[in-house]
Amino acid sequence: MCGIVGLLVKNKTLRSQLGALMVPMLTGMTERGPDSAGLAVYTEPVADDMHKLSLYSGEHAVDWPALLEGLREHFSEHSAIAINGNHAVLSSAADPDRVSDWIARHAPTVAVLSVGHAIDLYKDVGAPADIARRYRFNALSGTHLVGHTRMATESAVTPAHAHPFTAGRDFCLVHNGSLSNPHLVRKHLEPLGIEFETDNDTEAACRFFEWRLREGDDLESAVQRGFSELDGFYTFLMGTDKELLIVRDAFACKPAIVAETDDYVAIASEFRSLAHLPHIAHATLFEPKPEEIYSWRI
Amino acid sequence: MANLRPVPEAREFDLTKDTLRELNLFLHKHAAEDGVSRIRVQNPNGAHSIACGLNADLEVHIHGHVGYYVAGMNQHASVTIYGNAGPGAGENMMSGRVHIKGFASTAAGASAHGGLLIVDGDASLRCGISLKGADIVVGGSVGSFSAFMAQAGRILICGDAEDALGDSLYEAVIYVRGKVRSLGADARFEPMSDADRASVKNLLTAAGLSHDPGEFKRVASAKSLYHWHADANQEY
Repeated sequence: MCGIVGLLVKNKTLRSQLGALMVPMLTGMTERGPDSAGLAVYTEPVADDMHKLSLYSGEHAVDWPALLEGLREHFSEHSAIAINGNHAVLSSAADPDRVSDWIARHAPTVAVLSVGHAIDLYKDVGAPADIARRYRFNALSGTHLVGHTRMATESAVTPAHAHPFTAGRDFCLVHNGSLSNPHLVRKHLEPLGIEFETDNDTEAACRFFEWRLREGDDLESAVQRGFSELDGFYTFLMGTDKELLIVRDAFACKPAIVAETDDYVAIASEFRSLAHLPHIAHATLFEPKPEEIYSWRI
Repeated sequence: MANLRPVPEAREFDLTKDTLRELNLFLHKHAAEDGVSRIRVQNPNGAHSIACGLNADLEVHIHGHVGYYVAGMNQHASVTIYGNAGPGAGENMMSGRVHIKGFASTAAGASAHGGLLIVDGDASLRCGISLKGADIVVGGSVGSFSAFMAQAGRILICGDAEDALGDSLYEAVIYVRGKVRSLGADARFEPMSDADRASVKNLLTAAGLSHDPGEFKRVASAKSLYHWHADANQEY
């Protein structure tokens, strides 16, 4: 069991409240996922020649200013860092793959959680409310977000196994369910040079969809292809810098409910995570039908 | 005008102030002790297991959306939800009446033995799965695998049905008014008899609906799965 939440604000004046609206959604899913939680938030994008990297050091102490200094010595391009405890968002005009490689060599205890123009990613083990406080989710602003609370059923409880999973640029995925053929999917992807960070089933789905995006599919076509390639139970919620997408498997074993108003689209595993939202009594409520793709663009 | 009746046997709970446990304890125990028979619940906000396991002639009105297992295992009580219900609404009910004014999520009325479950809107997948004797009336449509392995009871569907309706049915009977995307293994359409039309009329009346019973089709078990066929080669 896990909990998923998603929120996309259509009304631009709500962008500054994105995090505050979301926190009760995430903590409302604590019973479904008490062991870890995570969040991808899509902010105003950085300039075209820049990238953002969400960095996470877990229990290891990291001298972030020294890390930035090292990066600046190595790369001539502009870099800046926003630090929040064991988490930091690095903005850099240098090539993000080279930056990631440099971090892997010079700061091996630091994980790169996401790369993109708009995505910031947070995930950790612990109760969702603690994680929300740790990273000040209340204060986050942005256009849309994808969140998850995890109750691990198939692989270890570690920050790396927490959701959202990311691959490529500005793409993330959360999952409620379990896949039965993740190893087969992985066996197909690894010969293509696609590297995995964990043994988690969801990572296989994330890397599968991102591979399809790189091959030229749009997200809906990638998901359509996933119906025949991914076997198992799932409600997937995905984000790109432009859209939010939800899909449930043919048996719809894992729940999801959508609330839509003129101001926002909110998605959760259960209504109890939506009950606090403004004007919820007038929202259009529906459960996504099995194997139907629902997406919203910012 | 002043109410000339004795003190009404009513009580209100607000789940933003009262706990779910207080509500359910009241419904199970104190309602009978206090002589309260009518209970109003405000702000259910998707909570699970509201009015589960009731065993008394109570009238429970829930104003808002509820989570999993509302009125599960119900006996005798009449529970009305003025909103939508999460998975397993009225699951395993034994008697009484559960009425959902909005839509119901998956497995509504699963394995219910008796009583009447009414869903005014749509019911999601697996409605009436393993039904054991209750009646279910769905004003809208039902999702795939509804009435899977239903053993006894009746399911009346005023709208359409998705895939595999009535898969592996036993003795339960389905009446469906709209389109059926596909029947499940061993389910088949059968002619409507006078008794079927009377049965449909009876269910429609109980649910306060006014469709023409002549618009419904009967789906029941062909009973070809009742006995093992060694030659069937697992193709049913």
